[in-house]
This record gives sequence, structure tokens and C-alpha cells, in this order.
Amino acid sequence: MGMTLTEKILARHAGLRSVEPGQIINANVDLVLANELSAAVAIGVFRSIKGAHGVFDRERIALVEDHFVPAKDAQSAKLAKLMKDFAEEQKITHFFDVGRGGIEHVVLPEEGLVAPGELIVGGDSHTCTYGAFGAFATGMGSTDIAAAFALGEVWLKVPASIKLVYNGRMGRGVYAKDVMLKTVGTLGIDGATYRAIEYTGTMVDDLSITGRITMANMAIEAGAKNGIFKADAKTIAYVKERTDRAFTVEESDADAVYERTIEIDVDALEPQVAFPHLPENVHPISDATREPLKVDQVFIGSCTNGYIEDLRVVASILKGKRIASNLRVVVNPGSQKVYMQAADEGILSTLVQAGCAVNTPGCGACFGGHMGTLGDGERCVSTTNRNYVGRMGSPKAEVYLASPATCAASALAGRIADPREALELVGA
Amino acid sequence: MEAELRGKAHRYGKNVDTDVIIPGKYCNIIDPVELGKHALEGLDPEFSKAVRAGDVIVAETNFGCGSSREVAPIAIKGAGVSAVVAKSFARIFYRNALNIGLPIFESEEAVDGIASGDEVTIEPATGTIRNVTKGTSYRAAAFPPFMQQLIDAGGLQPYVERRLAERA
Repeated sequence: MGMTLTEKILARHAGLRSVEPGQIINANVDLVLANELSAAVAIGVFRSIKGAHGVFDRERIALVEDHFVPAKDAQSAKLAKLMKDFAEEQKITHFFDVGRGGIEHVVLPEEGLVAPGELIVGGDSHTCTYGAFGAFATGMGSTDIAAAFALGEVWLKVPASIKLVYNGRMGRGVYAKDVMLKTVGTLGIDGATYRAIEYTGTMVDDLSITGRITMANMAIEAGAKNGIFKADAKTIAYVKERTDRAFTVEESDADAVYERTIEIDVDALEPQVAFPHLPENVHPISDATREPLKVDQVFIGSCTNGYIEDLRVVASILKGKRIASNLRVVVNPGSQKVYMQAADEGILSTLVQAGCAVNTPGCGACFGGHMGTLGDGERCVSTTNRNYVGRMGSPKAEVYLASPATCAASALAGRIADPREALELVGA
Repeated sequence: MEAELRGKAHRYGKNVDTDVIIPGKYCNIIDPVELGKHALEGLDPEFSKAVRAGDVIVAETNFGCGSSREVAPIAIKGAGVSAVVAKSFARIFYRNALNIGLPIFESEEAVDGIASGDEVTIEPATGTIRNVTKGTSYRAAAFPPFMQQLIDAGGLQPYVERRLAERA
């Protein structure tokens, strides 16, 4: 019987010839990730493990300060210091302080720390992002991360796979974010719980690396354990530019077994918006423009859409214009590298001239930490990944999830707007 | 064997996510009691005042969806809750709860048969859930064998210590 891409990676890391869904395995990990919040708890657990004198491999751990950065208060600074001291003590190679990294999931691929066929676990639910590169990657809590720090292995239940087949081509104004919102809406937020989702089809072949990142990133929004793309020439070129490390490209066998196969036709897909307060509450943009939905804040950034490709789209729409007077726009480039690139390309000037507040890279606004927190009764349209009650601040605020283009168009209109109109205006 | 758990039920709906269990702004706290003061704040601001030691959270499907923050089950435990009974749990929350020693039980019938304020008892060893107020009894789904072994061994930490000792 054939195996899926996910099953092959898991089997190889468990030293087994084959695995099947439901099987419990002990798998070696190629990389363990934590941020200052998950690390703080993990370090406490690590220190209490008898026999754990040091981490399993100081070069296979990545610690990224990104949630409350720069520290919003003394308590946040304390957690950051705890992680920094641990990194120093354990001589961790890949430690990224404020100003040297950015959002963990943006930074790791940029730094060549993610390659096809690898197995990565992280103390952050959006660790599934690395499935964009043909890796098995999944989020865990701090105790599991502490165990991985000590052992260099994790126990996993092999997930059954759901195959998603995307046919057709995205129209103008439609992006990977819209396709993924449609996917979460189709699966439901627990539609893929305990499952792997495998992204396939002609649309996927055409998709940029950033587009694949956006889609893999939101696998968790359907409850999935991981979301994965087969590595192709684009992936290999991206990774080889960043690392000399050898890696193994796997692909699903022709007779691999899938629990379900779902076909999604993107030819006729409109831009999509997830309404409050669930990522599965997805509607076509026409439902959001019928009655004007006035916006108080537009947020551009996050591990979902904080990439240079995203900022280019936003800048192309805002260039030479001013954002609507009734709202504010907060932009967080995903990493220092994205920030620098945006500076070099003149994107930062375009955004500031348009009236945007451009912040340092970080996760703060997306999870209601700081740097863009919503107040009672405020409405935000955001490029992020979650819109649960209170996600970005007040439990009385509303978050609508959309693509960078929809967010930029909304910034000009002062209400949620169809990006296809804005793109027409700029002739993009 | 673990003692019987006993307390009043606090009943919630489906998709109780980690953002309402412990809002992001509190995720820089690591003290369980301090976290407990904000447990479920995003969903039920009265919860932390109403909850008493031993009480049980009873909820519909997909409890704990969203973030991997381990402070979510820690906050619930820190508030004094003795167990969570739900129709199903999100994957990461499920692992985290077991890892930090928050007992969780899956039972559709129990959830349907318990209302807020009902007195509930749970025998962790057998998974027997009793609604004392209504005089009904339910059986939670058994843990998969590997999970049960982890629980019997005292959690993930002793398991890791044994793995390390095997290598030494």
C-alpha cells in the first residue's frame, strides 16, 4: 500500500519502512522552535526533567523573540530575558533577539532553517507554516517542546490525510489567502482535526512560495495537525539559496490512501472574507460590501501575510493615495529582512505617505498582545489568521479576515471593499 | 488511584477557543493562580468569581481550538477546575491538558445530560461521570492505549526521564 507525503516523512524520522494512520511513533526532529512565551514555560519544564543536562543539539533549536516585542512591560521583558539567558547558557546557535529576526515563521524559512522532508515541531500553533516547503511541521505546547529540547524526538500519532485538489487559476484580485479562507470555510474549524491536509492541483503548481506559506499557515484553522505541499523546483531553488544542508524530497505515492478528497475550483472564486467570530465563517466579498461595513483599523502583517509579496500588493494599491480619514492602518512587516526589502523598494515610503503606521516586525497585534490592540465596538479588517472573540483585543471588537489586497482597498474606502475595484483604478 | 473529582458544572457551547480561555494579553503570565484569575475571561467574565475548587467545565465540540498556548489548560487548572468534559477536544489542547495534568474526558452523552449548576462527580480511573443532581451516569471514551500508558506513568515528564535513562 502506498504512503502519503506526510506518512513518508514520519516513517523516515521514526526509522520505519512504513507507517499508517493511527499508529503511534517516536520520531526524530530536525528542528525545535519556541518563542519567548512558549519557551518561558518550556524552559521551566526542561529544568525539572531529571537527567536532562543539556539540549539534544544546540544547532537544531530555534528561539525567536516575537510575541511581545519590543517588550511591552517588565513581565514580558522577564520572559524574553529568560529565553535569552537559556540560549546563552545552552549555546543555542539560532537565537533571534528583537531587531535580528522578526516573526518566527517568517524568519525560519528566510534563514534556511526549513527544508523539504524535514520534521519540525514548534511551540506555536502556526508551526504548520513549514508545510509550504514539503516539511512535516506541527505546533505543540511547552511541555512537549521541553521534551523535544531534551530528547530530540517526539511521540506522534500518524494522521490520516485529506487531499485538497485546487483546479483552475485565480482571477484578478484573488490570492492564496482567499483560496485558504474558502478552504477553512469548506472544511470547518474542526474539519481536519487530527488530520494532515495535502494541497495539490494545478493552481498549487502555479502558486508562489509566499502563497503556499499563507495556505500552509492556516491549516491549523481547520484543526489540522499539519498542512503540506510537495516540494517542487521553486521550493528547491528557494531552499538552496539559503542552505547547503542536504535534504530529501518526498512525494505521495500514486496509490497513497486519503481519508477524503475535496476538489476546489478557483476559476470562479471571488475574494473571500471571514466574518466574526470564527475563521470558518467565510463569505464572498459581495456579502461584505452590500451594506457598508465601516472599519476602524486595518491590519497588514502576521505569519500569514507579512511577506514582501504581500506588502508589494498593498503598496501598489495605496501608492499616491491617502487612507480614509475614519480609520488607522497598522502595518507590521514580517521580519527584519522583509522590512529592509520594503525599505529598499520604496514600499515603506509609500505606506507612510498614505498614512499607515509602520511598526517593527512582531506578532503583537494579531493575538491582542500590543501594537494595534482593538477597543470596545471597533471593527478591524486584517490579513491575520484568527478572528475569535477578543483575539485582537476587546471581546467587544470585531475582526474580519481577508487578503492584503482586500485590506488595502478597505483602507482607501473606509469600509470593507472589493480589491478588484481598487486594482482596476491602479491598472495593476 | 486518583481520588474522585467533584464539583458544579459550568456549561459552555462549541469551539471554546484558547483566545477566550486565556486572552493573549495575559500570555506573558506564567503563575497558574494568577492565570486562573483570568480563565475563560473572554467568554464568561463572571467565571473566575463563580468557580469553586473541584468544579467541572462541560462543553460541546472542539474545546480548546486555536493557539498552542499551554497557559490555556494551566489557567483552567489554576482556577481550581478539576476536569473538563467535552464532546471533543482540539488536538494541541488535548496534548497540553494531559501534559500539565488537567483531567479531560470525552463523552457526548454526558455533555448532553449535564446543565450548568448540576453537581458532577468523575472517577478518573474508570471514566465514570455522574450527574448527582439528575441521578444519571455516563462513561467517557477510553484514552488510546499509548495515552493511558503516559497517564499511568504520571505524565510526559516521567516518560522523558525514562527515555533519557535508557540512553545514558
